[in-house]
Amino acid sequence: MIDKDVLERTLSRALHNGGDFAEVFAEDRVNSSARLEDGRIEELTSGRDRGAGVRVIVGEATGYAHTTDLTEDGLRSAAEVAAAAARGGGGVRDVALERRPVTPAPIAVRPEDVAKADKVELLRRGESAARAGGSSIKQVMVSVANNRRRILVANSDGLLAEDDATRTRFMVQCVAAGDTGMQTGHEIVSATRGWELFDDRSPESIGEEAARRALLKLAARPAPSGSLPVVIAAGIGGVLFHEACGHGLEADLVDKDASVFAGRMGQQVASPLVTLVDDGTPLGEWGHLAIDDEGHPSMRNVLIDGGVLTGYMWDHIRAGKHARGPSGNGRRQTYRHLPMVRMTNTYLLAGEGDPEDLIASTPRGVYVKQLTGGQVNTATGDFVFGMGESYLIEDGRITEPLRESNLIGNGPDVLRTIDAVAGDLEMAGGGGMCGKDGQSVPVGVGQPTLRVPAMTIGGTAS
Amino acid sequence: MSNDNQLLALAEKVVADARGGEQVEAFVSQSRRTTAKVRRGEVESIEQATSAGIGIRVVVDGRQGFAYAGSLDPDAVASALADARDNAIFATPDEANGLAHPDGVTPVDLPGPDDALAAIATDRRVELARAVERAALATDRRITGMRSADWSDVLATSAVATSTGIRVTDSASFWSAMADVLATDGDEVQEAYGVRVGRTLAHLDVEGAGTEAAEKALALLGATQPESRRVTVVLDPHVAGSFLALIGATMVGDTVLKGRSPFADRVGEAIAAPLVTLADDPTDASSPAAGRHDGEGLATRRNTLIGAGVLQGFLHSTWSGRKAGLASTASAVRDYASTPHAGTQGLALATGDLTLEQILEQVGDGIWVQSVSGLHSGTNTVSGDFSVGVTGRAIRSGALAEPIREATIASTLQRMLLDVVAVGSERVWLPGGTGSAALAIEGVSLSGK
Repeated sequence: MIDKDVLERTLSRALHNGGDFAEVFAEDRVNSSARLEDGRIEELTSGRDRGAGVRVIVGEATGYAHTTDLTEDGLRSAAEVAAAAARGGGGVRDVALERRPVTPAPIAVRPEDVAKADKVELLRRGESAARAGGSSIKQVMVSVANNRRRILVANSDGLLAEDDATRTRFMVQCVAAGDTGMQTGHEIVSATRGWELFDDRSPESIGEEAARRALLKLAARPAPSGSLPVVIAAGIGGVLFHEACGHGLEADLVDKDASVFAGRMGQQVASPLVTLVDDGTPLGEWGHLAIDDEGHPSMRNVLIDGGVLTGYMWDHIRAGKHARGPSGNGRRQTYRHLPMVRMTNTYLLAGEGDPEDLIASTPRGVYVKQLTGGQVNTATGDFVFGMGESYLIEDGRITEPLRESNLIGNGPDVLRTIDAVAGDLEMAGGGGMCGKDGQSVPVGVGQPTLRVPAMTIGGTAS
Repeated sequence: MSNDNQLLALAEKVVADARGGEQVEAFVSQSRRTTAKVRRGEVESIEQATSAGIGIRVVVDGRQGFAYAGSLDPDAVASALADARDNAIFATPDEANGLAHPDGVTPVDLPGPDDALAAIATDRRVELARAVERAALATDRRITGMRSADWSDVLATSAVATSTGIRVTDSASFWSAMADVLATDGDEVQEAYGVRVGRTLAHLDVEGAGTEAAEKALALLGATQPESRRVTVVLDPHVAGSFLALIGATMVGDTVLKGRSPFADRVGEAIAAPLVTLADDPTDASSPAAGRHDGEGLATRRNTLIGAGVLQGFLHSTWSGRKAGLASTASAVRDYASTPHAGTQGLALATGDLTLEQILEQVGDGIWVQSVSGLHSGTNTVSGDFSVGVTGRAIRSGALAEPIREATIASTLQRMLLDVVAVGSERVWLPGGTGSAALAIEGVSLSGK
């Protein structure tokens, strides 16, 4: 994307006022999407964003500026704006870059090689399958989006690394209408893959699943209000850990004492059944990274091992301050953003036993099959997440479907009290976007079926 | 300003390339956002984010195509136009597709960007961020730290030109000051944030962000989980504003026409308590979101959504208006990377006549909701069901009492509007531009112990 000698001169320029560290992050992202709504191909869009950001750190202060001009002049201007924050020191430092080998995730069928007519056909297949759900299905929206993101990172420590990642996401949303009003159902499949994604997951199966959920909710009754045992299904349930403790284990929040997990390293913070990892390495997963947005290879980091807190997640600055190696968690939304500590794929390792036994041993409670996202206050550990598809458990059996509502819990309490973890670890097939301080990045989650003995369900039924 | 003219000239150049039978629209925008963050009086970061891009829409034979470029380089612009044309080939024809035409409405006279804000020096930005932090830390000795103390200012310019005769530019400036504060008592930590926004440097109240955050965090120390029951809730203006934004989103043309609004087919009916009057008014100069034109270049106007409880109508873009057999209400929203669609630009709830103290007195016993979480995962704007996490305080005998946490409130958006029993008299502007006030709502399910 940018010549090595240009990068070296830009980095030297960025440090001309002094400064401990300088970095160039360049990005070239091509997006494309298509949407079908109400039987019509409403929109095909495409676009490209390309630019570079220069970061200069001196002591605790960071300067950042970016440009869409990737010539040496453009980069130098950005370097000078960023360097304005670094006052004091002085003198020019020579930077010699050494290219690090990176193997981008292999893509079998590049989305940009798929004819637009074939993309449109894929949308139609998803729609027909959803419509086949019956006349109660009133509206169907199908979308497919893919992006190819090429990045380059060069810094004054001599690191030079590049990656080329492709992500694809397919979504069907349905509106069903019945006596009780309108309800919605959706299914998302997303991966760090190309069009080969659809070899494993047909558009029909995605459309059918979305329709099934919408229809199910027409017959759903209001969720209970109050505290009950909650069994969370394998896969997307991993959002629980993302919210309940994932954010609280991000080193930037820990450093600011804005996490209930600050100062707890080596302590028992969870049930011995809990071993939690954040792992950017699995190919194809939505949160997969070959390198993070600071050029460090992604890693498998064990955060909680048998209930004992064993690790936080780190970005370059905080890892340096704590004199430890990076963990591959420095990420940013685009070249316009500063990197910060972010999760990749966060999942709970499998326990033992059959998920069915776990349900059978729950006399009364709620079974959550699909989660729709959540939010956490890391200072208190209180978090919520939305139950998109859930059922009552009565006498150890899954019975009636419930309308949507939020669950609320306290992260440390939930971790301590988890009393059963089954052996059926699954990654969620449709990872989501995680927002933090105004930046949104793709993250994956996973877990085996598990039970929390008491959580507050925010329904309306007494 | 010359920058406006440069952007308009670029948009016009693209539009001039329209072929016979083709409608072409170019939306060009440029912005600069500078953020200063401080921590313990020292600079944590200074970020300067400049962004420029162009979105191009082509309509030919009722088919619409769109493409964008995050750059104004001639090559990138040319390739966006070619891609937009190519994308149109695969779209389904729709006779409602088409660009806006000038409709004779005169844009409101709004002050342009604030020169003083546009020229603000970095040292001043840092000083203002420090003032936010100092104000928070000075509130009480239990304020032990900050997750962030930020100052941000933005200068934004855009231009729209179409082959149907639209030629407009807009520019605006605004600032925001934000504090995210930690209060500690023994082992317990509580977090809350406060924010202030404005359009000019002449009206600054950055300390307010710090003290508001500090007071909210302090108020939560010692919070416990309340008993589940049915209660009257009083929503802080910020929380009320978040719900108004969700309600506003159900009243936009695209959503209504696609059968995704619980209020479709209810125009002329009483959908809310008579106390409720809600408008979308980007022409109000006091709103941080005020603007002269919508995303398709039509002059903005005041559109009443709910008048004394009765649903008056919906917000429309050119497409949704045509689809509904109506005119656009100049409610198209967009950025350069997306096609315009109907949306809210400056929601404003008409204020009532009760102070907060009077509302608490009227309510007697209930819950004061200071913040909500999981608003988007917990609200279904199609069915109207919502269930969100809350923190706040109990209301006992007409006064604020003990703090609460780890609880949710649930109802439906439809019932919530009908169950409004009081609207506050103080108008609060939220960062997104919503003009809000405290709202009291009865019959809400509170879930806790």
